[in-house]
Amino acid sequence: MTIDLKTVKHISKLSRISIDDNKAKKLSDDLNSIFKFIEKLEELDTEKIEPLTSIAETNLKLRKDEIKSKNIREDILKNSPEDNKDFFVVPKVVE
Amino acid sequence: MSNIIDLKLFELVEKIKKKEISSQEVTKVFVDRSQKSKKLNSYITENFENALQKAKQFDEKPDFNKKLPGVPLAVKDLFCTKNIRTTAGSKILENFIPTYESTVTQNILNEGGIIIGKLNCDEFAMGSSNETSFFGNVQNPISENLVPGGSSGGSSSALAAKLTPATIGTDTGGSIRQPASFTGTVGLKPTYGSCSRYGIVAFASSLDQAGPMTQNVKDCALMLEVISSYDNKDSTSVDFKRGQYLKDLNENIKGKKIGIPKQYRVDGMPKEIDELWKKGMKIIENNGGEIIEINLPNTNYALPTYYIVAPAEASSNLARYDGVKYGFRSKGENLIDMYEKTRSEGFGDEVKRRIMIGTYVLSSGYYDAYYLKAQKVRRLIKNDFDEAYKKVDAILTPSTPSSAFKIGEKTNDPVSMYLNDIFTVPINLAGLPAISIPAGHDKSGYPLGLQVIGKAFDEQNILNIAYSIEKNINFKNNFNDWWIN
Repeated sequence: MTIDLKTVKHISKLSRISIDDNKAKKLSDDLNSIFKFIEKLEELDTEKIEPLTSIAETNLKLRKDEIKSKNIREDILKNSPEDNKDFFVVPKVVE
Repeated sequence: MSNIIDLKLFELVEKIKKKEISSQEVTKVFVDRSQKSKKLNSYITENFENALQKAKQFDEKPDFNKKLPGVPLAVKDLFCTKNIRTTAGSKILENFIPTYESTVTQNILNEGGIIIGKLNCDEFAMGSSNETSFFGNVQNPISENLVPGGSSGGSSSALAAKLTPATIGTDTGGSIRQPASFTGTVGLKPTYGSCSRYGIVAFASSLDQAGPMTQNVKDCALMLEVISSYDNKDSTSVDFKRGQYLKDLNENIKGKKIGIPKQYRVDGMPKEIDELWKKGMKIIENNGGEIIEINLPNTNYALPTYYIVAPAEASSNLARYDGVKYGFRSKGENLIDMYEKTRSEGFGDEVKRRIMIGTYVLSSGYYDAYYLKAQKVRRLIKNDFDEAYKKVDAILTPSTPSSAFKIGEKTNDPVSMYLNDIFTVPINLAGLPAISIPAGHDKSGYPLGLQVIGKAFDEQNILNIAYSIEKNINFKNNFNDWWIN
């Protein structure tokens, strides 16, 4: 299969990464060569194989649901690109 | 005391414990050398002043029971360090200062280690040459304009150039072992679940592991002992009894069965690598081990599997970089526009490429054909190793299919760059431990490594085998300090 410019634009939308037309062309070439390489997997018959989702086959441990971090608002907001001391600030979403 | 930089990590520890040298003396020597070595571009963030102060505090109130008493260490800039900037080599985290400490670096601090700086790496650990870093290329001290490998390229460069007595990296598909091999140093990727992933900037969560990078196998055992721990903050951390890797380090490998997978003899591999591999087999036999040919039939499918699984997980992990809570933000006309511009300007090309591959293979209509398929093949790859380990105790392979290449040589062809990791990627997919040790040079004098792969949680065994090979090889890096000014 080939990944055309339309598909690249679609993936860029899904990824929330804007992309200009010049870069889209180069990207479509790169993705095509990578997918050509990836499609080698089609040679294998895997119908009866169970997918491996996690290598660490441990049971998840339960813990009590208790609050351990208190009064960390300042810490949390410290790295935000824009805030008003209480909240993160984003461009207006409701008219 | 100009010879401090030539001491091995375990020797530094001994001398500090015997009070022959102080933490301040040691820290100053490594800070001075790092300051003179800017040409290598190994560091992203320096923590020199703070480190010298910590060394002074250590000397005033020393605790010699620690495993790294007052020892200065620089670490890969993928570990969150409290109050020290952590960038993951990305513009999007250029100004990020964590308010918490990763478990692995906390373990280093708990054992008396002092962080002297954060080392360069490929952006979000995606790369094999350190050329995707927002903070620029790193020089391999072996020769000018040679890549140090990646993604832990700042780590391998700083270690080989003796700017730090040891370091830590992370390894998702080879990012510790390949740069170790390119710089004539030792690198170990532990079993998945051995070192906590808490506080490590996530790339592909089912593959990522932290591990030591050192000048020799003994230092590697010491560092592994320090950083490996069970951690309830990481749900994939495994609660097993950790070994006393240093105390139990032993060169006796009599009766060990070592597998040689014929599938690792790839086309176009330089003759020197094949010869080196044979040399490794010979040493093992001379030391009482037994060489057994084994079959890992699905080896050729490991890289294609990796380039589905890793980008898929990355696309999900990197969704958090939205310009809202931390990191870089670009201006947009509305919220969505802001997201799209932030991510377009904040991420570099390789990271964007991988996010897009990942998004695509997870998208509706393609999930079964790509992602599910890859997870099934991942099972086959793991089964290959399970089958092999019925017959052998460990596996010996080359670490990489070539030696270090020139900066810029492979940047235009992503697939040729990916092929670098052909011998290391299968191990991450199977979650196994593996160590790369320097074993010789190619015709240009560049280092080459051998990889010893173990059973899950059998780190002691591969350390011992590596130790036994190391003793018979007497590898030495030959370079003058060409970058010093």
